[in-house]
Amino acid sequence: MTDAPLIAEALLSLVLMGFIAVLAVAILRVRGLLALVILLGAYSFIMATFFVVLDAVDVAMTEASVGAGISTVLFLGALYLTGHGEADRQRRIVPILVSGITALVLVWGMSDLPDFGSADQPIHAKGADYLERSLPDTGIPNVVTAVLASYRGFDTLGETAVVFTAAIGVMVLLRRRGERS
Amino acid sequence: MRLDIILRVAAKFILAPLLLFALYVQFHGDYGPGGGFQAGVIAAAAVILYALINGQAAAERIVPGPLVERLVPAGVLIYAAVGVVSMILGDNFLDYDHLAHDTVHGQEWGVFLVEAGVFVTVFSSMIAIFYAFAGRRPT
Repeated sequence: MTDAPLIAEALLSLVLMGFIAVLAVAILRVRGLLALVILLGAYSFIMATFFVVLDAVDVAMTEASVGAGISTVLFLGALYLTGHGEADRQRRIVPILVSGITALVLVWGMSDLPDFGSADQPIHAKGADYLERSLPDTGIPNVVTAVLASYRGFDTLGETAVVFTAAIGVMVLLRRRGERS
Repeated sequence: MRLDIILRVAAKFILAPLLLFALYVQFHGDYGPGGGFQAGVIAAAAVILYALINGQAAAERIVPGPLVERLVPAGVLIYAAVGVVSMILGDNFLDYDHLAHDTVHGQEWGVFLVEAGVFVTVFSSMIAIFYAFAGRRPT
């Protein structure tokens, strides 16, 4: 077996990460809010492609449909309500400091992450059990579904409740008093 | 307001495959990627696309706002009800072993019903949020 597929995957990852970096800079620099929303959608979509390269297909599907699809529509709806112009930029020192310090803390925290693709991490030692157990236990070949809906069913109930709460919150905030939608 | 004819015709061609794909993602989630959450978002995207092209009033004739508002809690209730039924049958909350004649079938039924609950809540939440945005006039 040659290393050609691995090299191709690494190249693909680099190209996608390059796209993501270019888009991030473009999002920071663009002035029109309509263009900004489209760029955010493109960012999400390339992120979804990157998740496919990382074999996280379920996450990719969610990112593509929610991040690139629904969020873009909701941003456009918000723009329709508020206008397309961006307020004049002022350079303020406190926001720059806050984001700079947050970025530094995140980079510092990243030094504690395991190496990329490292196999001898506790998560693989303990989690791999599901790979063997899930099919005889549940009869479901997709381990992600088996873990989400069966082994971790209570967590998923919580996630569903979060979506429910978000919908209720938006409905309460955006609907005017006495108005039936 | 008449929108571009190309947009309307293209949307008509896309809508049916979009809904079909949502059903595929929902019911094939046991074997491939996807599940209730992704399927709910895709199905909601179909309704939202219809609303974008034909207006919110046309969309509300198919998926009425009051129905959507009732479906939002209904999905969570379906999910929690599966847990309560499994407790009544003598298992832990959301342990599906005794929902059918053997444990594997019970698990399959439990996951199926739970994913249906997730679908209902996600589908209706996305549409409810969209209706809430689209229903307001610019101030």
